[in-house]
Amino acid sequence: MAKYSIQVNGKTHEVDVMDDMPLLWVLRDVLAMKGTKFGCGKALCGACTVNLDDTAIRSCSFPISAVGKGKITTIEGISEEGNHPVQQAWEKYVVPQCGYCQTGQIMNAVALLKSNSSPSEQEIEQAMQGNLCRCGTYNRIKEAILSVAAES
Amino acid sequence: MNILAPFQKKSKDVSSQVFKASRRDFIKIGGMLTGGLVLGINFFSCNEKGKKISTLAPNVYLRITSDGEVVIIAHRSEMGQGIRTSLPLIVADELGANWSKVRIIQAEGDEKTYGSQNTDGSFSVRMFYKPMREAGAIAKLLLIQAAAQKWDVPITECDTENSQVIHKTSNKSIGFGELVETAKNSPIPALKDIKLKDRTQFNMIGHQTPIIDLHDIVSGKAIFGIDAVVENMKIAVIKRCPTLGGKVKSFDDKKTLSIPGVIKVIPIKGGDIPPTIEKPLSGVAVIAENTWAAIKGRDALEVEWDLGPNAQYDSTKQLEELTQEVQKSGTLRRNRGDFNKAKAGAKQLIEHTYIAPYLAHATVEPPNALAVIKNGSCEIWAPTQHPQGARDAVASALGINAEKVKVNVTLLGGGFGRKSKPDFIVEAAILAKESGLPIKVQWTREDDLHHDFFHALSVQRIVATIDQDNKLSGWNHHIAYPSISATFDAAVLQAADGELGQGATDFPYNVPSIKVETHDAKAHLRIGWLRSVRNIPQVFAIGTMLDEIAEARKMDPIAQALELLGDDRSITFNEEMVNGTYTNYGENISDYPWETARMKNVIQRVAKEAGWGKKLSSGSALGFAAHRSFLTYVACIVEVSVDSNKKISIHNVHYAVDCGTAVNIDRVKSQFEGGAQFSASLALKSEITVKNGRVVQNNYDGYQIIRMPESPKQIHVHIIDSEAKPTGVGEPPVPPFTPALCNAIYAATGKRIYKLPIDLTS
Repeated sequence: MAKYSIQVNGKTHEVDVMDDMPLLWVLRDVLAMKGTKFGCGKALCGACTVNLDDTAIRSCSFPISAVGKGKITTIEGISEEGNHPVQQAWEKYVVPQCGYCQTGQIMNAVALLKSNSSPSEQEIEQAMQGNLCRCGTYNRIKEAILSVAAES
Repeated sequence: MNILAPFQKKSKDVSSQVFKASRRDFIKIGGMLTGGLVLGINFFSCNEKGKKISTLAPNVYLRITSDGEVVIIAHRSEMGQGIRTSLPLIVADELGANWSKVRIIQAEGDEKTYGSQNTDGSFSVRMFYKPMREAGAIAKLLLIQAAAQKWDVPITECDTENSQVIHKTSNKSIGFGELVETAKNSPIPALKDIKLKDRTQFNMIGHQTPIIDLHDIVSGKAIFGIDAVVENMKIAVIKRCPTLGGKVKSFDDKKTLSIPGVIKVIPIKGGDIPPTIEKPLSGVAVIAENTWAAIKGRDALEVEWDLGPNAQYDSTKQLEELTQEVQKSGTLRRNRGDFNKAKAGAKQLIEHTYIAPYLAHATVEPPNALAVIKNGSCEIWAPTQHPQGARDAVASALGINAEKVKVNVTLLGGGFGRKSKPDFIVEAAILAKESGLPIKVQWTREDDLHHDFFHALSVQRIVATIDQDNKLSGWNHHIAYPSISATFDAAVLQAADGELGQGATDFPYNVPSIKVETHDAKAHLRIGWLRSVRNIPQVFAIGTMLDEIAEARKMDPIAQALELLGDDRSITFNEEMVNGTYTNYGENISDYPWETARMKNVIQRVAKEAGWGKKLSSGSALGFAAHRSFLTYVACIVEVSVDSNKKISIHNVHYAVDCGTAVNIDRVKSQFEGGAQFSASLALKSEITVKNGRVVQNNYDGYQIIRMPESPKQIHVHIIDSEAKPTGVGEPPVPPFTPALCNAIYAATGKRIYKLPIDLTS
């Protein structure tokens, strides 16, 4: 067990956890932030995606000890009212079916659009390939991202 | 043959009776709906003569409060199909409610109050469309009566819209809330006195309504099973025996207990054959303060197993054995004409064997359940498709009365059939009892892939004969796969009627001789139902074989399909069934006949929409297949290209669908979009194999689901405008996509596909 001070959504949190505990379980079990989901535990599905500074990371395979001074942003932190442009686009295209993977999809899309504000279809496909959707909402995800890119 | 859980009789023609809820009902529904005008909707079924034959308990409640809010109880499980939106919108449309003032509350699992809530078989809208409309119309009439009395005008001059009653000639309007007190004291109108809306008057049915959980989902606030929390809750992760029928022999938990956060280690009894769906597997549970400690504690466990009778099982070997088996004569299940005669007189004989692997559901939310036991009662929170099944299984495992078990249904992070089995919920209940703590059982992805209720592997052989006149004269379909029934009864070795009735025994084409035969196939894993179930391997075989037959007959496959469907007629099948019946997805064939006209209609529509026969850019090709499943008619055309590295690109998918009345157009479309992706996964990517009784694949690297770059690019859904009774849309998109894809690949490359997943490199 060790003490860590991490920055999540602009707030500093002190946690006392095992140093190999993945960030996912710190967020979900210790800080009770449930918007970030568990899907595979091996960085293979993207359901647990959060942003570390401006980069998308898979929090299920990212130990707390590696966070350091980086700023973590989760789905709870991208907007006050759930009205980030990416979230709005997700609503406009009624992207979700079951919705379980979608917070990870959104966090991955947010990071993509930060690094590339007008991605091509192919760039979207490459950037989003780590995020699985078993319900099969890929085409609406793509449309939603393209619409945000077109408006920026 | 055994009746299977997912194929049980769903309904006859269901009708409803609306009543005012009593004080007792308020208590039963936990105070969720006290105050205002509260209506219970009582469903009953009728026999062929329209006589009420059984009264079920009241199923659904509707409340209108004095401030005009309309509250509707959703009694089906939401897993992405949009049912929490689609059923309430039917009520709201008939009622004339303002959708933004409608609140939807999820029902707990309570059969006495809601009837069976088992959400599978693509039947929620099919079963509840009419009663939901009647409920809305009755509430509407009560409110109109109250307003008409107040204004002293005839009720015929009043209507509802936007949660108000309006008087057309005087332009008066009054909100629902203000009418509640009067409406509450009026007698319930008889069904014969209500007038359902004409379809031209619908504001929501047949239109697009966004799902009610949309904002919660995109803002991370939606509560799935995994998100349910109670005070002092502990997490359990279980090491289960890797082989079916195996058991814990001994275990050493010394290392586990030294891990910070680990509280207890508890063995779980199980490992019976047949496994059933409500019993846990034998294993050892690690209970910890948090999920990570539980996972680490489980990794540190040392368990010695008695691996049981399946320790040597090898799925590749079983496929080889079944391939031998289907060459023989099997058990006759459907017979028409004389196939041997057709064979003797054939000009050409086409024969192939079709192989498909085990599949796992792999819902992105792995199974999980939270159980709290207090004062002899048990409360559950779980992502379950079948809350009553869960309640009964928990009651039986704990040895308490079912009334002492309450099951709260959360959102489901995918279901596809996996979450209708309560095994994982029973684990939580047992551990809560043994530990005296509130327990959340959390499955990892590895647990999910190793211990699923698998879609069974399959070997099928089809022999087709073409006669001297170039007609398809004979069809002989041999089938071997472990039956879902074997999960409940180990003595079952051959496919059940409900399984065969998913494409094989309801083969609808005008062929003079038809013979369907089944063969022994033993179950070595827990076998379950996966989205569209046995339609998957059966329609893969049938749909690709028909394409090959058309080629041999030098016919266009679509022209052949229309020819083989023949004149407009209803097909019944039962007179040709041998030792069984055609189950028609739990419905009477007289209520939902197999109509060739509807199938021909979707085929012609898809051909037109996809530009069948048009010239494509070089390397691209189209493939076609059509199939009726879950009472819905679907035709599909897939456009692919294959590059020099054998990489398959799916450019366009066209579906034409006749699902009767389409309630929420956007969710019908989304089910078809997702169904194409689901089918693309199993066609191109997914395969579970077993060595030494153990599943080989551990995670999404070994068991692959289609990802965005290779997923079908454009999915066009053409919905037939229809007033017919609504039928399922969750499962019907899956079966025809795979054979249409295989046929397109053949058209592009000249390579026929006989084995899934497709591998063009071999």
